[in-house]
Amino acid sequence: MRGSLKELDYSILQQCMRCGMCLPACPTYDATKRERHSPRGRISLMRSVADGELKITGEFVAEMSYCLGCLACQTACPAGVDYSNLLETARSDIQTHGPRATLVARFWRAVTIRGLFMRPRLLRFAGRCLGLYQQLGLQTAFRKLHLTKLLPPHLKKLEPQAPTMARRFSHQLIAAVESPLQGKRHRVALLTGCVQDLAFSAINRDTADVLLANGCEVYTPPIQPCCGSLHAHNGEAEAARTLARRMIDLFPPSEFDAIISNAGGCGNHLRHYGQLLAQDPTYITRAKLWDTKLRDIHEWLIQIGCRAPRPGVAALTVTYHDSCHLTHGQKVTSQPRELLRLIPGIKLVELPEANWCCGSAGIYNVTQPEQSELLLNRKIDHILRTGAEVLATSNPGCHLQIARGLQAAGSNIQMLQPVTLLARAYKSEQSAGR
Amino acid sequence: MPLTESHFQELRKIVGNENVLTAREDIIPYEFDGTAALKHRAEVVILPANTQEVSACVKFAAAHKIPVVTRGSGTGLSGGSVPSEGCLVLCLTRMDKIISVDAANLTLRAQCGVITANVDAAANTHGLFYPPDPGSMKISTIGGNVAENSGGLRGLKYGVTRDYVMGLEVVMPDGQIARLGNACVKDVAGYSMKDLFIGSEGTLGIITEVLLKLLPKPAARRTMLASYDRMEDAANTVSAIIAARIIPCTLEFLDRTTIGCVEDYAKIGLPRDCEALLLMETDGHPSAVEDEAAKMLEIARAHRARDVRVASNDAEALKLASARRSAFSALARVRPTTILEDVTVPRDQLATMVGFIAQVAKKHNLLVGTFGHMGDGNLHPTFLTDERNADEMHRVHLALEEIVDKTLELGGTITGEHGIGLAKKQWLKRQLGEASHGLMRRIKHSLDPHNLLNPGKIFD
Ligand SMILES: Cc1cc2nc3c(=O)[nH]c(=O)nc-3n(C[C@H](O)[C@H](O)[C@H](O)COP(=O)(O)OP(=O)(O)OC[C@H]3O[C@@H](n4cnc5c(N)ncnc54)[C@H](O)[C@@H]3O)c2cc1C
Ligand code: SF4
Ligand code: SF4
Repeated sequence: MRGSLKELDYSILQQCMRCGMCLPACPTYDATKRERHSPRGRISLMRSVADGELKITGEFVAEMSYCLGCLACQTACPAGVDYSNLLETARSDIQTHGPRATLVARFWRAVTIRGLFMRPRLLRFAGRCLGLYQQLGLQTAFRKLHLTKLLPPHLKKLEPQAPTMARRFSHQLIAAVESPLQGKRHRVALLTGCVQDLAFSAINRDTADVLLANGCEVYTPPIQPCCGSLHAHNGEAEAARTLARRMIDLFPPSEFDAIISNAGGCGNHLRHYGQLLAQDPTYITRAKLWDTKLRDIHEWLIQIGCRAPRPGVAALTVTYHDSCHLTHGQKVTSQPRELLRLIPGIKLVELPEANWCCGSAGIYNVTQPEQSELLLNRKIDHILRTGAEVLATSNPGCHLQIARGLQAAGSNIQMLQPVTLLARAYKSEQSAGR
Repeated sequence: MPLTESHFQELRKIVGNENVLTAREDIIPYEFDGTAALKHRAEVVILPANTQEVSACVKFAAAHKIPVVTRGSGTGLSGGSVPSEGCLVLCLTRMDKIISVDAANLTLRAQCGVITANVDAAANTHGLFYPPDPGSMKISTIGGNVAENSGGLRGLKYGVTRDYVMGLEVVMPDGQIARLGNACVKDVAGYSMKDLFIGSEGTLGIITEVLLKLLPKPAARRTMLASYDRMEDAANTVSAIIAARIIPCTLEFLDRTTIGCVEDYAKIGLPRDCEALLLMETDGHPSAVEDEAAKMLEIARAHRARDVRVASNDAEALKLASARRSAFSALARVRPTTILEDVTVPRDQLATMVGFIAQVAKKHNLLVGTFGHMGDGNLHPTFLTDERNADEMHRVHLALEEIVDKTLELGGTITGEHGIGLAKKQWLKRQLGEASHGLMRRIKHSLDPHNLLNPGKIFD
């Protein structure tokens, strides 16, 4: 699994019948009208590699990196092609058999993906440093002195896009176990994520609040490993497996009614541990059980019959952007909208092309800045035209990207997540009740 | 003769550097179309932007005797845009402008690379519509539709692509640009040359622009879904509806295997133990639609429909229609290789043909789901196979031979809408006979004496 294209079960490649129905859904094909930039084209290149007709050339690598990994093709495909699996296998193949990356690139890869994102404490420490850098005004000073020029190219591009660090991380906001005041109906685990934990810990708090308000006892261990999605998407299959095992150890799936993720990208990876650990006899049973327990927060709330908050919040026009991995990967599309509609006072207006990628796509905005910018502008245009006061979405990557775009456009549209809006509505009912 | 760098240089001068693709990674993705198990590598892929560039490329190819394969979106199901030996591929997806919509004369002019669904969308903004709706319309090009004379789900009442083409601009095999037909409803000036190019599969000329007829959008529509214990009953329902002077826009069927696959996939709540489902739709003036729908319901019941579900609103109509619309997706998921066939028989022979296909599938131990356009007698027997299994593929070929024989015996055609291309040319002469096949060859030869346009397609 996730070894090389040659070892991959060939029927996964063959499942593509080349009908082309995925082409209109693909943002990169839309941009260039070149077949190689389409899902069908990429699959044909992968198949050529598997057949030994094509080596892993620089152009092949470039093509796999130009793909957003947004999985819109998976939604459009009538034949049920598992594109996500194909892309991860291709990227993993590139890591092991592709042209050697430059020394600098390999160094930074080692530091970030194999270093930081393997060690939660270290990651938080780095986040803390970044937070200090931002809070103490060092960022501005650093930029004014042009010291950012000294950073390696990868980081230089990343620096202005680094999310503002939260002052307190999730473990400082959420106790290890929290129980609802009354009527405990479910026991759930809450995954706090990496970027989510560092930049959006308040959203984790909101998630816990909403769960509590719906009769769930919430189990949130203070130190949690990264889920491994970053690693899998970037071809680090072995690291992804190690992390999956750690997650399963920390959250034995048999002990929970549901394991909750509130970040679209992580959730999509998290529900495929069974596939990732298929060759691991000690973990496979638990991994499969894990997959059945994993729920996106919106999906879970609708499943257990989320309670509508009592009227109380001010009227608000909200529009919703589907994060790719939530809608195309996890097929959670109607639930976030249903939750928003539950909140009295909120008027939901549909966003045109709501499920078209915003260009964030993991680290795509760093690796492919031009294409990313085009997609962002297209998204911002649509958002501005809805006339909404709030843009709701539920993935940290999209959140950061769109917030950056709105800021650049001089817009004062607020960015919030559906759980935050819901948590606020529940809160306002408490204060109204008192 | 393999093309060389100097050829590429010439071509770059015509269309610009970035529109001449020669790297392996760039051209491997153009090796195939939507047809199973066919592929070949082109020498170069060219993406022209307008008619002049197409003409210049064709002149260049003619001067160097380089074969030219035209490609739209590559969704064809007979191998029409699969590259021929030593060819250059002209891919026309960049020619995607709608030139004008004339709401007074009900016409639309567009470049050949416009996506079919966008033609319909442009018509819609004027309260009009473009009736031919092939299942691939979200991505197929209008040029590809004309070249294949594609049909759709509304063919019974509204006809096929040919019925909506009023004029064409065509680049001839020598590079000259010809304009055929015009915006007049009536026109008998000379031979109807545009008709020669409709359905010509890129073998006679390259269609660069189309002038299409549009229709006013029908005000109302009614949808119903009937289930039957025997395919004959469904077929008889269709005949009786037409005998009652009703022309519904849609009369589509699914056989038992297909119903099972759709239910596995979409879980619509279809009865798995029935032999046929019939989707019926009528559209037009609201009172006429009401009247027709009531009669159709009555006829279906009189022909032993086990159950008829009538949609009471748009949402329900969509749900019923999704049983038919998801047929192909549901089948395509079952096995790695999906082979979609396209035989067509006179309407009154359809039930016989469906029964025969089921028998052949059983005899050769194959999984075949059949669905299609019952009102048109057009069947899509869909073979669910694995191209790597040589024995199974052999059995598919045997089964196909038998199906073709039976089709011809019943007075049918080997293809109702997907064309001959590479996939069906072995049977064409059998269907047409010497004289008619020879006539086609002579036409091809007189227009394209050096056999440069799409060689190997339709004819050997
Ligand atoms: C999922 C699916 C559903 C389908 N449903 C239907 C259906 O309901 N009805 C139906 O009829 N077909 C259907 N098809 C078949 C196919 O979509 C049609 O034949 C379509 O018209 C092909 O358009 P294209 O742009 O993809 O053309 P291509 O596949 O690229 O080309 C088809 C042929 O036309 C020629 N050609 C293309 N453009 C031009 C041009 N501008 N000038 C001259 N020659 C040209 C090519 O050389 C080739 O021979 C379906 C296919 C798929 C994959
Ligand atoms: S993942 Fe997105 S960008 Fe990549 S092929 Fe699929 S639709 Fe295109
Ligand atoms: S829609 Fe699916 S089967 Fe069709 S070309 Fe795209 S990936 Fe392949």
